[in-house]
Amino acid sequence: MALFEAPALSHYLVLGAILFAIAMAGIFLNRKNVIILLMAIELMLLAVNMNFIAFSSFMDDMAGQVFVFFILTVAAAESAIGLAILVLLFRNVGSINVEDIDRLKG
Amino acid sequence: MSFQAILFYLFAAILVFAALRVVTTRNPVHAALWLVLAFFTAAAHWLMLRAEFLAIALVLVYVGAVMVLFLFVVMMLDVNFDSLRAQFRNYVPVAAAVGVLVLVEMALVLLGSYLKPGIAAAPPPAAGGNTRALGLLLYTDYVYAFELAAVVLLVAIVAAIALTHRRRRETRYQDPGEQVKVRAGDRLRVLRMPSEKRDG
Repeated sequence: MALFEAPALSHYLVLGAILFAIAMAGIFLNRKNVIILLMAIELMLLAVNMNFIAFSSFMDDMAGQVFVFFILTVAAAESAIGLAILVLLFRNVGSINVEDIDRLKG
Repeated sequence: MSFQAILFYLFAAILVFAALRVVTTRNPVHAALWLVLAFFTAAAHWLMLRAEFLAIALVLVYVGAVMVLFLFVVMMLDVNFDSLRAQFRNYVPVAAAVGVLVLVEMALVLLGSYLKPGIAAAPPPAAGGNTRALGLLLYTDYVYAFELAAVVLLVAIVAAIALTHRRRRETRYQDPGEQVKVRAGDRLRVLRMPSEKRDG
């Protein structure tokens, strides 16, 4: 049975899809907590990177891994700035509840 | 069932379980720790895909730096996390629906193209190792993108510090400019006075 032989490209793609779906559901589940939202975004990036590396490995093309390298760089920068904004938000608003962030509503 | 398949399913099960716990756990500190586990198992998967450099980079950069930053922030903020989960159960149907929808969409794409047996052939291992191959590519074809990534990281450092830095009024600061500009006359006053004889 093909399912139990050495993992193929499709195994990793399915794993990436499951991870992405879990992260997507997590964004809806924790729609009030900004910290968990950031973590769900990290999970999504992990799923995307998993697909990149699986394609890179199975098609024998290193460009995919270079892309993952850059995604990791940008994701690190993103989470650093995101957490800085979060700290600033908590200092000014006193809460990290998404529903309290409505100052632009007027 | 080959050894590789056993490892794949073991790590995949741990990864999916850890990801589920990240989005469902009550305590954000626990969520961060589950995310660390998810990154570790993802690194194991990447090792099985012969992407050693990125697997190590994932552990060093994500587990070592980003997740520690997350833990710092979670522990620094004094937030009542229970109030943020007040209507958690109300969102479960919507979240499950969206998750299943995304999964079905991706399954339709994958079933249409990538589940055929043709792509399953494992590649030959790269000569000289993965790190060498990645480095050769990174410093030749992608050198400008590499420099840009360095600039992005620099901007992120400056932005993170500029955003969170605050000057406290009660703290005393050194001002190196003032220290350099100071003259002897500002600090020392030479008095001229006649010498006097002691009586007796």
